[in-house]
Amino acid sequence: MSNRWIVAFVLLVVAVGSVIFHLVTPWWSTPIASNWSQIDFTINLTFWITGFVYVAVILFMAWCIFKYRYRPDRRAEYEPENKKLEIWLTAITTVGVAGLLAPGLIAWDAYVDVPKDASEVEVVGKQWEWSYRFPGKDGKLGKTAIRFINSDNPFGIDPKDPNGKDDILIEDTDVTLPIGKSYKVLLRSTDVLHDFYVPQFRAKMDLVPGRVSYFWFKTTRRGTFDILCAELCGVGHHAMRGKVSVVTPGDFDKWLGEQTTFAQAQKEARLRKQKKEAIKRAANETKQAARN
Amino acid sequence: MADVGTVGLEQVPPAEVEEMELFHPKSFATKYIWSQDAKIIAVQYAGTAVAIGMVGLVLSWLMRLQLGFPEIFSFISAKDYYQFITMHGMIMVIYLLTALFLGGFGNYLIPLMVGARDMVFPYVNMLSYWIFLLAVLVLIASWFVPGGPTGAGWTLYPPQAILSGTPGSSTGIVLMLISLALFIVGFTMGGLNYVVTVLQARTRGMTMMRLPLTVWGIFVATILALLAFPALFVGAVMMTLDKMLGTSFFMPAIVEMGQQLTYRGGSPLLFQHLFWFFGHPEVYIVALPAFGIVSDLISTHARRNIFGYRLMVWAIVVIGGLSFIVWAHHMYVSGMNPYFGFFFATTTLIIAVPTAIKVYNWVLTLWKGNIQLTIPMMFAIAFIVTFVNGGITGLFLGNVIVDVPLSDTMFVVAHFHMVMGVAPILVIFGAIYHWFPLMTGRMLHTGLGKFHFWVTFLGAYLIYFPMHYLGFLGVPRRYYELKDTSFVPASAADLNAFITVAALIVGFAQIVFIINIFWSAYKGKPSEKNPWKAASLEWQTPGLPPGHGNWGKELPVVYRWAYDYGVPGAKDDFIPQNVAPEQVEMDNDRKETATT
Repeated sequence: MSNRWIVAFVLLVVAVGSVIFHLVTPWWSTPIASNWSQIDFTINLTFWITGFVYVAVILFMAWCIFKYRYRPDRRAEYEPENKKLEIWLTAITTVGVAGLLAPGLIAWDAYVDVPKDASEVEVVGKQWEWSYRFPGKDGKLGKTAIRFINSDNPFGIDPKDPNGKDDILIEDTDVTLPIGKSYKVLLRSTDVLHDFYVPQFRAKMDLVPGRVSYFWFKTTRRGTFDILCAELCGVGHHAMRGKVSVVTPGDFDKWLGEQTTFAQAQKEARLRKQKKEAIKRAANETKQAARN
Repeated sequence: MADVGTVGLEQVPPAEVEEMELFHPKSFATKYIWSQDAKIIAVQYAGTAVAIGMVGLVLSWLMRLQLGFPEIFSFISAKDYYQFITMHGMIMVIYLLTALFLGGFGNYLIPLMVGARDMVFPYVNMLSYWIFLLAVLVLIASWFVPGGPTGAGWTLYPPQAILSGTPGSSTGIVLMLISLALFIVGFTMGGLNYVVTVLQARTRGMTMMRLPLTVWGIFVATILALLAFPALFVGAVMMTLDKMLGTSFFMPAIVEMGQQLTYRGGSPLLFQHLFWFFGHPEVYIVALPAFGIVSDLISTHARRNIFGYRLMVWAIVVIGGLSFIVWAHHMYVSGMNPYFGFFFATTTLIIAVPTAIKVYNWVLTLWKGNIQLTIPMMFAIAFIVTFVNGGITGLFLGNVIVDVPLSDTMFVVAHFHMVMGVAPILVIFGAIYHWFPLMTGRMLHTGLGKFHFWVTFLGAYLIYFPMHYLGFLGVPRRYYELKDTSFVPASAADLNAFITVAALIVGFAQIVFIINIFWSAYKGKPSEKNPWKAASLEWQTPGLPPGHGNWGKELPVVYRWAYDYGVPGAKDDFIPQNVAPEQVEMDNDRKETATT
């Protein structure tokens, strides 16, 4: 078999094989669990338009290789330029690219623009665990700063900010959210870059120390989903996991009610401290008594 | 050139040593080691780049072993894994691809293709190589310091790059930054040479619009590099200061493992902007020379003029220019102001237009050609397949909203390996098979070449094509191990194992290529002059391989572009660039057939 047969045939196999692989693959996007089906639509649109171009280019090449094989008695056509063809191809490509960009930018506009009814929830990342903070009844999160962080105040909430007192703290890698609710997710890191990533939500964004970033989404499906870190954050990056459970609003309120507020946490910390001091004092007194 | 009169010259004593004698090296050391001949420097650059590239290849095997067969290779810890991916990425992008395309092919081909005797600053050109070698040695040294090399990822993002949770954050990262700074110093010396040589040392008749596209690609890529590398340079200097002196360019207030650090007020995003202001043009620093070279390979072996030469040149220039205003598409989910997304998605997708034009013109060069399926041509065709594949996935990632679910997944890994790993490397192979006879006077073995081609092309395709689907699924990149998740089916582990096996096979196939190189250099079939019947100038030298000074006594004069293949009426199917119109042998029978 001559080389041109082999090369043309392999190109055909690459083109057809890639399409078949796509049709039978068991590996594709996870079933979506948020409002961002617009993203999936744009991915699919991009896939089919670009996929068509890809297959067309390969098949055209295979045909050229087959048809215009080398023969010593033949000459290639001498045609330095073909303005008409070049203009047509440029114009069609421009239209195609605009056709991909337009739905993409429309979807991005929605992604950037948080709806007014969205509630806030804060995700805090540190090497290598997640924690979360919900606003209390006032609906406002208290101010935070790195300098307030200590073992009694891991979130770094400003103790003087009244908005922070009723903040609900989830010092756990797992979190629960109600179904059918929009959330503006505020992202804060206390050490390095992280990225809050739940494949089924489609949305993600980096956590950047020194600033608060955000994204928004609406829960649309009940279930428990993996939370991963998607921005390299050191040697424990792959182990920075968690789970988010999307449950009915009733179950969510029940779960939230069982969590500790910042005021409660501070009170407990104060009690712990007093207890420790009391024990210390008692020990000193015993010691003194023994000496006497 | 100024016309110097002869009046008064009779009083000047004759030189003791003739000028040409002074020009040529006298000893082995000045000829082959501290050589100022661009062709030798090219081989030094290429040899060093390929040697360190082999280290990068072995690193990729190690990381693939971990991904394909987790928990089996207990000698690979998470720390090792992150060091492997970091060094693999940096080595391949900077020390292999950039050095090989510009330092290797740039040095070898520019003077020959523009009709110059050498680069314009040969001494600086020599220094460029030795500083590059030093940079490589510093990079290698980081394996032998406490803590080992940095494991911060090739992007070296602070704060983690210089904090204790990242491998090599004590010494490895500093050596990496020093090595990069040295590389940039060395590159700048070479880069100025390439640009000035193209602008100032072209022979008579070699106008800019008669340059082969290889020279255009390398020329524009070098300008990009000269403008982009300084951003990385200052980034490296600032991060070194943050690390060594405790400044806070990139470091905000941080609590590290419960400990308050003294950094205040710096911006991690600033580094990302500096890095990608370099990093995105870097993609085109690798891609543009590949574009240029592959254009010449296709035209020569299809025996047809490159289609739409002027548009090809403009596409290279426009892509080069646009590559400076798209950098933040690497940062769509970085936490920067999301409104940037609109601008950068638009500029990024605009780049697709000139890039698509290049692809059309390559395949239209094949169309109505007289295609010889030589090894270089096969690699060129494989390049088009992999490049189009990697290019269209760029349309996914460039379109900001589509990037959101796919960023930081294996889709990105598959995309950039296809577009700036596999595709340019296929061009490098094609180029080596093409120009090896010029460099050595011998042909590479065709049978071994075919074996090397098929395993490399199909193997690489089988590695990276399915990998995109892991990304669609949501498998994150830079993961030492995924373990059990609710969204990844068990079959994904089988795919990972398959990819690893394919990667090992493709890697080992490169040994065949190395053997072919060494065997053919000494025992290969002697090449005739201009074995591919190429029209461009580098094949028209008096000697094969060309000697020091390239052109003997007289510089060539150029009368035409580099793509006169299949000219109607001419006796041969190609006319070299230095053949004057009146010297072209005409074939009257053919002329009649051509006109009828």
